[in-house]
Amino acid sequence: MPRPEFQAPPDVFYNESEARKYTTSSRIIEIQASKRSTSPSRISERALELLALPNDGVPKLLLDIGCGSGLSGETLSEHGHHWIGYDISKSMLDVALERETEGDLLLADMGQGLGLRPGVVDGAISISAVQWLCNADKSSHDPRARLKAFFGSLYRCLARGARAVLQFYADNVKQSEMIVTFAMRAGFAGGVVVDWPHSSKAKKSYLVLTCGPPSINTSLPKGKGENGEMCSDDDDDESSDEDGDRTVGIYERNRAKKKQKTKKNGKGKDWLLKKKEQMRRRGHDVPADTKYTGRKRKSYF
Amino acid sequence: MRLLTHNMLASNVRGATTGYPLKLEASNWCTKEVELNADFIRGLLPKIDWRALVATTRALGLPDLLPDEQPPEEEIFAKGAADVEGSAIRRIHHALLEIHVQQGSLTCPDTNRSFPIDKGIPNMMLHEDEV
Repeated sequence: MPRPEFQAPPDVFYNESEARKYTTSSRIIEIQASKRSTSPSRISERALELLALPNDGVPKLLLDIGCGSGLSGETLSEHGHHWIGYDISKSMLDVALERETEGDLLLADMGQGLGLRPGVVDGAISISAVQWLCNADKSSHDPRARLKAFFGSLYRCLARGARAVLQFYADNVKQSEMIVTFAMRAGFAGGVVVDWPHSSKAKKSYLVLTCGPPSINTSLPKGKGENGEMCSDDDDDESSDEDGDRTVGIYERNRAKKKQKTKKNGKGKDWLLKKKEQMRRRGHDVPADTKYTGRKRKSYF
Repeated sequence: MRLLTHNMLASNVRGATTGYPLKLEASNWCTKEVELNADFIRGLLPKIDWRALVATTRALGLPDLLPDEQPPEEEIFAKGAADVEGSAIRRIHHALLEIHVQQGSLTCPDTNRSFPIDKGIPNMMLHEDEV
C-alpha cells in the first residue's frame, strides 16, 4: 500500500474510518515487547528515552505534535507527564476524546506555527508527523515556509536546554536533508539518530534537537542496531554513551542495488552465508550454519 | 482545555503582535480531579502569566479563587500546605489543572479573530489568508 503521505492531505486522509482503523488496527496498536516493534507506543517510548528528561520524578509539561488519537500521549501520561497534543485531523482527536486521553488537545496545523508563549514547554515529541510538512497539499502551501514556521515556533516555545525528538519517515535523502536544514536554521543543535539502519521495516529516524547553543549535553545519542547489533537481543542496554559525536547522519532510503555475481552452478556457499548473516542482522529468524548449509541435494532425490 | 493550556496559548494570526492573552468565553466548563504534585507546580509557576490566569478564572465566574497578586513562593510551598483545604497551592493546582473548558471561544486581543472551542478542543486552524 502506498504511504499515506502520497494519498491525501492529513486532515483528509485521517477521516473518521481511517482514524478508527488507526487505533484499532492490530498492526499499529500491537503492544508487543519486541524492540523492533513499529507500534506508536514503542516508538514513543523510544522518543521519550531520547528526550533524556532529568530522572528526578518531577512531571514535565510536554508537547505531542501530531498526537492523533493519543496513542503516543498515553506513554507520556504513563510516565506521569502532562502534555498538550496538536493534530490537524478532527476525526483523530474525536477518537482521542473517546479514549479519554489525559492530555489537552488542540486542533491546529503545525505548519502554521504552534502558537505558544516563549519558553514555556519542557520538551516535545512527535511521532510520524513532520514528513507531512514536506507535502504541498494546497496551492497556498509552501513546504519551506511551513517547515520554517514549525521549527521557528517550536524553538521559541521550548525552554532553554529543552529537547525535541521528532520521529519521521523521509521519502528520500533530499526530504530528510530539508527537514534537518530547517531545524538547524531555526537555531536547534542536534541531528538524526537512526535505529536499525540495516532493516527496511524496523528502521526509524529520530530528529533529536536541543534548544540553545551546542554543549556537552547536545551530543547525539547512538542509534540502536547501528554496529550490526542484533535486533533480537534481549538485553536492554541503552548504548547512549555520549561520545561527543555531533555529526548529522543521513541514511539513504533507497540504496543503489549491487550487481550480483552468479556462478555457473548456483551462487555458492559464501554467498549463502553472507545472505544469512545479513538476514540475521535485520532480526529475522535464520537457521544456524551447519556443515549441510549450502550443499547441493543428491541427484536421486 | 485546561487553563494551563490557555495560559500558554497565543494566537498566531497574521497581524497579531503578541496574540496574548486570548480572551476566554466559556459557556460550559467542568472540573476533573487531578492528583496534586507540588514539584510540578514549582517548575511551572515561573512560566505562568499570573495576571492572565487570574483574569481567566474571573471570566469563568470564580472571583475568589485566586488573589490579584501572586502569593510569595514561601507561602505557596510552605510545608504541609498541599494538605490544607483552600491553601494557595491547592487553589493554583485547581485553577491550572482541574478546570476543563468544554464549550466556548477564544478571542485574539489584537485581531479579534475568534477560535471556537468544541468538546474541549480549541480549533486553532487558520485560513489561508491569515497565515
